[in-house]
Amino acid sequence: MRGAAPPRRTAALAVASLLALTATGCGSGAAADGGPGVLSSSWGDPQNPLEPANTNEVQGGKVLDMVFRGLKRYDPRTGAAKDMLAERIETEDSRTYAVTVKDGWTFSNGEKVTARSFVDAWNYGASLRNNQKCAYFFGYIDGYDQVHPESGEQTADTLSGLRVTGPRTFTVRLDQSFSGFPDTLGYAAFAPLPRAFFTDHAAWLKKPVGNGPYRVTSYVRGAQMSLRTWDAYPGPDKARNRGVDLKVYTDSNTAYTDLMSGNLDLADDIPAGQLTNVRSDLEGRYINVPAGILQTLAFPFYDGKWDKPGMEKVRTGLSMAIDRDQISRTIFRGTRTPATDWTSPVLGAAGGYRAGLCGDACRYDPKRAKALVEEGGGLPGGRLRLTYNADTGSHKAWVDAVCHSINNALDDDRACVADPVGTFADYRNQISQKKIAGPFRAGWQMDYPLIQNFLQPLYYTDASSNDGRWSSQEFDGLVDRANAATDRAASVKLFQRAEEVVRDQMAAIPLWYQNGSAGYSKRLSGVELNPFSVPVYDRIKVA
Amino acid sequence: MGQYVMRRLLQMIPVFAGATLLIFLMVNVMGDPVAGLCGDKACDAATAARLKAEFGLDRPVWQQYLTYMGNVFTGDFGTAFNGQEVTALMAASFPVTARLTLVAIVFEVVLGVTLGVLTGLRRGRPVDTGVLMLSLVVISVPTFVTGLLLQLLFGVRWHWITPSVSLAASYDELIVPGLVLASVSLAYVTRLTRTSIAENLRADHVRTAVAKGLPRRRVIVRHLLRTSLIPVVTFIGSDIGALMGGAIVTERIFNIHGVGFQLYQGILRQNTQTVVGFVTVLVLVFLAANLLVDLLYAVLDPRIRYA
Repeated sequence: MRGAAPPRRTAALAVASLLALTATGCGSGAAADGGPGVLSSSWGDPQNPLEPANTNEVQGGKVLDMVFRGLKRYDPRTGAAKDMLAERIETEDSRTYAVTVKDGWTFSNGEKVTARSFVDAWNYGASLRNNQKCAYFFGYIDGYDQVHPESGEQTADTLSGLRVTGPRTFTVRLDQSFSGFPDTLGYAAFAPLPRAFFTDHAAWLKKPVGNGPYRVTSYVRGAQMSLRTWDAYPGPDKARNRGVDLKVYTDSNTAYTDLMSGNLDLADDIPAGQLTNVRSDLEGRYINVPAGILQTLAFPFYDGKWDKPGMEKVRTGLSMAIDRDQISRTIFRGTRTPATDWTSPVLGAAGGYRAGLCGDACRYDPKRAKALVEEGGGLPGGRLRLTYNADTGSHKAWVDAVCHSINNALDDDRACVADPVGTFADYRNQISQKKIAGPFRAGWQMDYPLIQNFLQPLYYTDASSNDGRWSSQEFDGLVDRANAATDRAASVKLFQRAEEVVRDQMAAIPLWYQNGSAGYSKRLSGVELNPFSVPVYDRIKVA
Repeated sequence: MGQYVMRRLLQMIPVFAGATLLIFLMVNVMGDPVAGLCGDKACDAATAARLKAEFGLDRPVWQQYLTYMGNVFTGDFGTAFNGQEVTALMAASFPVTARLTLVAIVFEVVLGVTLGVLTGLRRGRPVDTGVLMLSLVVISVPTFVTGLLLQLLFGVRWHWITPSVSLAASYDELIVPGLVLASVSLAYVTRLTRTSIAENLRADHVRTAVAKGLPRRRVIVRHLLRTSLIPVVTFIGSDIGALMGGAIVTERIFNIHGVGFQLYQGILRQNTQTVVGFVTVLVLVFLAANLLVDLLYAVLDPRIRYA
């Protein structure tokens, strides 16, 4: 063991190599160059494999929106569902729909987009065997319970409600009337899939092939995806830039720092800590627009203490005890708007958003709040535990503020305490096992801009996201009627009546509408966020 | 010596098994990992059940552990929730963190030992006091503060570096993150070396060397430094593992896609396969580093002999 180099020489070598490293380094200034006309944008690592029906979060959805076009597409500005690949979607009874796919569309590998591209993709998405997390989107289609039973093995491979009737035509039969169905078809889960997806699935996952304005040219999972404009794209929304490089950031603060130093072109998640100086930092290159996201407080209706008659007074009282204006202003710096109904402003008045539907119940009034809580028999157990997950989304600040506001209104320092849960997975766990004893955070990001999406999944009896297990026959009846109504305006009216039931019972306390925020570099112009708070990449121009 | 190494290797087995079992239990205590997979919604029961079966989460924990360890020995670390093999994640992230750790260790050895020798030989002088004060500051300031500060100054203000490290994570990009990662340990190495040097200055063999009339340089490097480095080597050796596992903060600040990034994602998504796999490898790194340190003793100090 005597052969080791003497320490002196080792040290000298190390110094020399370090100096060499320093000399060669440091010069790599603008790394934001993927070539002329290509912009770089911040990204988060998608949680699930990138398949249309398996993507239920924003980061994966961002890519699908660039790589795919479906039958419908939501207008980036208004959120209205407009025909994209659909030539016609016809129905007589809101239950059976005849779909005609436009001619001339192909996938970026040259394969034609046909009726089968859709039917195969939907069957794949619905099938229990494929573990698709958005399978429930196909739940309205006839035969879903055979393809995706709640327990046990599936008894069919394909949805009986889907039938290909020609190269470009197919029919969809639903298990109930649903007049809003065509409007849901802009959701990524309904995207068409090329044959390559089924024949060589692993290769497809490595490099997804779609029919949208961009093609994936390289994908290093968990790190970066390069997308380039597909020149032969047949659609009307051709990309106005040459491509996008999506870079994964673990911390939105680093993305922001990169943006400040010119190392990144677009960051679509401005960290809360930077909101104070973002306007001066970016000199007008900051966007802050409403998105289809509503934060609410849900109640554990499975716990008898919260479901007694009279408790609606307590719940309404708690709603009135929250000073939404002040919290939006001081904690969120105007990136939240105090909620006055249970939908979102992005729906627009015609879509069902009604400002002020909540009325007095959402107005800060500490005196009436205290009176109402007392009238309703006081807080169950004399105390409120407000549960939230502490790992993401900086929820702690606002939960503490809400508690503080409630304590002030009720004139009791110990009325409300925040109750953090370590991880989101554990939080979801406790919710699904009905272990949460008090009000809890329940954010909702819309899947598609329909008033139905803000109400039915959340408050319908046993609905998929009805975490508090609230149940009302009156509400359910109104929703059924609204879905069956063929006239859009009449349908929206009925949904709003259902929303009034939610208000009168205070099934959940609406807190605030959330905005999407983004900042961009001087190279870019035409940057906007769609109602899902995702940048509309194809419209961005690079100087 | 051979026997000693053999004994040490055998000792690793229970340590390895215990450490992995503990981390396995800890991740599992946090509840059902599949619950967090469906965003703000509840997963539909049928899909959740199928996912659980696929990841083996429907079986009792002890059974999961045994299957897992069995697979690990065949090189199969399972699949992460995003459908990627954990081994692929490791192949992508361990080299990056290894490079970062190497840069940090080089800083510790070069800067730390040099400063330690300088101050140890000049105790009580202004240099000594100055370095001591500086190291105190470095130790007391948390890594994320140093990191963010350097990032702001070098990256945003002066444009010397890019604030985030690119996908390639080459050595030159890792200099500043490496310095940040090393900073606290660097201060400890300085202090350790200083004390050790000061102590050994009075040792018999050093006095003998001086009395023999050897040149001062030779006395310091060959006789004084060599024995003084033993505690320092111990520290640096155990630091290798700590640096690799503890790079989470530094890696987040500079957006380095290394072990810290994967561990963070794994914990956030409660991804048992990722977390346990990475920790397993880290445990191995720790054990190997410790063994290396013990073997180095013999090299550094001829007085230490192993049976």
